[in-house]
Amino acid sequence: MNAWLVAPIAIPLVTLVLCMLWRRNPPLVAALSVLGAAALTVVGLALVGKVADGAILAGQMGGWQAPYGISLVIDRLAAAMVAITGVIGLATVVYGVSRPGDPAVGRDFHLFVQGLLTGVCGAFITGDVFNLYVWFEVLLIASFALMVLGGGARRLSGTVVYVFLNLLATLLFLLAAGLLYGATGTLNMAELAVHAAAGEVPAGGIVAVVLMLLAFSIKAALFPVFGWLPASYHVAWTPVSALFAGLLTKVGVYALIRIVTLVWPQAGLAHEVLLWVACFTMLVGVLGAAAQTEVRRILSFHIVSQVGYMVLGLALATPLALAGAVFYLIHHIVVKANLFFIGGLAARIAGSERLAAMGGLYAHAPWLAILFAIPALSLAGIPPLSGFWAKFVLVKASLDTGAWIAAAVALITGVFTLLSMSKIWNEAFLKAHPQGEGALRRATGSAPAYAAVAVLAAITVAIGLAAGPVMAYAVAAAAQLADPSAYAGAVFAAGGR
Amino acid sequence: MELIAALTVGVLVAIGVWLLLDRNLVRVVLGVVVLGNAINLAVLTAGRLGGQAAAFVPGGVVPEAAANPLPQALVLTAIVIGFALFVFALAVLKRTREEHDSTETDRITRVAEAPAPDLPADGKEGA
Repeated sequence: MNAWLVAPIAIPLVTLVLCMLWRRNPPLVAALSVLGAAALTVVGLALVGKVADGAILAGQMGGWQAPYGISLVIDRLAAAMVAITGVIGLATVVYGVSRPGDPAVGRDFHLFVQGLLTGVCGAFITGDVFNLYVWFEVLLIASFALMVLGGGARRLSGTVVYVFLNLLATLLFLLAAGLLYGATGTLNMAELAVHAAAGEVPAGGIVAVVLMLLAFSIKAALFPVFGWLPASYHVAWTPVSALFAGLLTKVGVYALIRIVTLVWPQAGLAHEVLLWVACFTMLVGVLGAAAQTEVRRILSFHIVSQVGYMVLGLALATPLALAGAVFYLIHHIVVKANLFFIGGLAARIAGSERLAAMGGLYAHAPWLAILFAIPALSLAGIPPLSGFWAKFVLVKASLDTGAWIAAAVALITGVFTLLSMSKIWNEAFLKAHPQGEGALRRATGSAPAYAAVAVLAAITVAIGLAAGPVMAYAVAAAAQLADPSAYAGAVFAAGGR
Repeated sequence: MELIAALTVGVLVAIGVWLLLDRNLVRVVLGVVVLGNAINLAVLTAGRLGGQAAAFVPGGVVPEAAANPLPQALVLTAIVIGFALFVFALAVLKRTREEHDSTETDRITRVAEAPAPDLPADGKEGA
């Protein structure tokens, strides 16, 4: 059992070490990296299969009984997140193997991607608050290096914003972890849940939890602390920003979901605050996107607005709403990463990512246009694609609980999202290229990138068409989240060795 | 003892925040360091100060006034991580100075807000 628990961390870590050993041989590094990410995907899917019946895999690292050892826990949500991390990691490294002029060649792209995947998977499966901090640091340092990969004044400029605001968030998290230990005497999430259920968390502990939620909110780019994201994501190399767009803010959202459901399984004051935060996040993000005129800057603001939907599900705290949040998380990671990939391919052909300097892609690259249309319509929530079901469930959950304002905001945000997507469609795809047909280039060496994009688009369609089973899984995952005693029971039942 | 430590943390956090808000990137880097150390001290303090005896347990008897080893382990980890991040921040600072010829945060961050440059036609520096 422990092998399954360790695998999501061990696979990218071993891949990282192997890549480092053969780093003088770039083709081998790329091959190892693709293999490692594929293995992670397979293990993730196997984990989903193992926990689908409701079992919670748990174990203690170092052989110490909980709460003294570091617990690793995989429930339905964590397994799904590991699987989706594998998928996005695989798409990223495949996109990154392509062309001779890219920053990935002969450099450390694959090393850092594997490092990032290690940190992300660790954050998903840990059952210990301080260990979560350590995994955040692992993924953070890898993401710093990835962000600045390729160098140049523009990238450094975005990196400065990204590095210092994320460092601040991590420091707040460390402080919160220390205060939480001081107040409650534990850092084990399961024991924390037991204390919370018994009403034994002192006021100081609550303050520490709130501080922790603030740190996660910065990571997740919630209103009003989202400013770093649209100021930095658009300067990185395309596969890097796609990887970040898919995974990084979602680690913050995952941590929010995990801690809030463990400490406050019943709706309360925290949920009310989160509800307003979610509404503002949705609206401000989508309005910010409306003002942008570059593909990746539009998409970056949409990350912010979409994170609002997931937090809306968390804030409503009904089983249906939580299921909607889980479904949204799964759907969104695939769709958002894919849109960034497609934006990169479009820029390769059109020669720019400024909408004013793009055009003619529909005539020149009709397949790319179709591939763009699938995730774009899904993002806006057009049936029968995955985004429709995600939004449908969240709006229904809002109406069920009488949160009329939240439902209205969610619908309005959907309309504006469609508006943004049609802006990209009109400007980049339909309109003629401002410098004439001759300015469009051949995107040589882009076959792997197209393959990655096509597979992600197929996943989006599949989630939409097979919404029943996916939603059933999300509902079951939400049921586990709503019952922290089962989580705690599994952790304490797992022996020291 | 706790009171002195808490006051020290407060003063250090104040200095750290003050440095972080500066428009000079050098001071921002220093601010992160000061704030990081303040928080390390806070974590140590939160886990009880004052224990003098080493936290080894001979024969299953916890010695009177044993130090709490857990916050020490946490802070040790945090110091190592913080050092790595500090080194990276210094590298960013050095490269930024070279590329931008300036350490003024306003001027540096404005570059990322400028319109995206066109991709060169030779395929170098691809999207």
